[in-house]
Amino acid sequence: MTAPQDEAAIVCRALTKRYDSVVALDALDLEVPAGSVFGFLGPNGAGKTTTLRLLTSLAQATSGTAALAGVPVGEGEPNRRGLFGYLDQDPRFHGWMTPRELLDLVGRLYRMPAAERRSRIDESLETVGLTDASRRPIGTLSGGMRQRLGVAQAILNRPPIVLLDEPVSSLDPEGRVDMLEVIRRLGGGSTVLFSTHILTDVERVCDRVAILDHGRLVTTGLMTELLDRYARPIYRVEPEDGQADAVARLTESLLMTSFVTHVAESSAGLRVAVSEAPNAGRDLLEMVAAHSVALLVFERQRPTLEDVFLQLVGRKAHETGAAA
Amino acid sequence: MIGLGLMLRKELLEQWRTRRVVVVAVVFTAIGIGSPLLARYTPELVKALAGDQFQIVVPPPTAADAVSQFLKNLGQAGVLTAILLAMGSVAVEKERGTAALLLTKPVSRGAFLLAKLLAIAATLLVGLLLGAIGGYYYTAILFEALPPLGWGAMAGLLLLALVAYASLTFLGSVLSRSSLGAAAIGIGAMVVLAIVSALPSVGAFTPGGLDVPGAALAVGRDPGSVIGPLLVNFAGVAAIFGVAWIAFRRQEL
Repeated sequence: MTAPQDEAAIVCRALTKRYDSVVALDALDLEVPAGSVFGFLGPNGAGKTTTLRLLTSLAQATSGTAALAGVPVGEGEPNRRGLFGYLDQDPRFHGWMTPRELLDLVGRLYRMPAAERRSRIDESLETVGLTDASRRPIGTLSGGMRQRLGVAQAILNRPPIVLLDEPVSSLDPEGRVDMLEVIRRLGGGSTVLFSTHILTDVERVCDRVAILDHGRLVTTGLMTELLDRYARPIYRVEPEDGQADAVARLTESLLMTSFVTHVAESSAGLRVAVSEAPNAGRDLLEMVAAHSVALLVFERQRPTLEDVFLQLVGRKAHETGAAA
Repeated sequence: MIGLGLMLRKELLEQWRTRRVVVVAVVFTAIGIGSPLLARYTPELVKALAGDQFQIVVPPPTAADAVSQFLKNLGQAGVLTAILLAMGSVAVEKERGTAALLLTKPVSRGAFLLAKLLAIAATLLVGLLLGAIGGYYYTAILFEALPPLGWGAMAGLLLLALVAYASLTFLGSVLSRSSLGAAAIGIGAMVVLAIVSALPSVGAFTPGGLDVPGAALAVGRDPGSVIGPLLVNFAGVAAIFGVAWIAFRRQEL
């Protein structure tokens, strides 16, 4: 049951979840087009996991509605669950099972015929690179291997919708690239809703994004649209070593300056987002000189999704390594 | 109950792979063999320990003493085994997140729960079967052969009692997010039921109250009215499962 390409595969209308006085998700209105690879972004506690748990019926909404492939959440359970595959952010399995046994159980639950089930299991294990470990007890697998297994069970029945909560967070760099490629390839055939706070991953595979903060939808749209609409010029300022005090004073001054919208500090120096002021680059250099900071690099960079993200979630404060 | 068969298959496999069924079988077999031995040799042990200084008169042990010992031991170690089996059944899956994995698949929550309770009952059945065979055999060797059908009926009543205790702990496992919380509920229920079983009018209807007709059946005596306690305990297990299911239906995982 795949939704036509021009229809929304996932629809949330005023979806709200409260835990006592805490509003985890606040009237979320969201449409995820069929066939898209949709990045669901937000800092920790933004409401990403809550949304996925509501969509999978692991939690119940306080108010509002949601539907997957046109079927409202809560109706037709548990058969509705054949419409989606789901990977938890911390996937846990029965340690006494082997990956092959787990996938066999999942395939049987989806009522796959034996021959099809066997071939899909082999295919899924191959896709996530777990063929060699397929007969080891899951309890002996590493966190990264369990995450791969989580992806395998989520895509086993080739569901029209795949919900992935932080699918690459436990993977090594090579595994991360491989898994992102798997996710990218799922697009078109399936609709992928992919929650993460790792923005470079989203840039690599997603065509559309939504940004959440404090349970509210901040913005949503095509990636290119968001970059055009929100990105501000970015300057990378990399000082020479041994100037920690001077750099700290410079950062403080920058944050008090009207044309600077954001400063992020990392091991590679400062990333300074500025408003569209035509003389921002020159003014910035003058401030660097005024604080007697010797530079290795001073360059204007192409704005990234991270810059859009930091701007939209309102972090004009001095942040170190946020949303890395 | 969508997915019940597959869930039951998974639960039974889990009982085997995690060696729970083996542990239960060993414990119950030890109880089965040990009870008649204890009944037969306790008087001699007591006499030997007393020495020549005391004159202790102990009546010669009988097969009824072996049955009584068997019921007493299973009423303690058997019930604790049932509580241990059930305490983590749902709570651990909720805590570890494996329940969430399965319940995002086409499996109803009722099937998920019922498969677990049936698997616990099956494990207790295997243990009790071995224990009952061991107990019957050793009673026959050390005392006399008792009516096998009566012995089997006693084992059936014992199984129902153990499943009743397990189901109370199982309910605790559904309501609580930890195994310890579930065990506390199970042990608390065991204490309350032990007190209630001492009451003259209602005691016969508790799981522990099934011992009386069980002992009578094992030695070939008239057990009196057993249908009422039997139905009450069956209904009790079903009602406890119903409450667990209602609680679990809307639970967030």
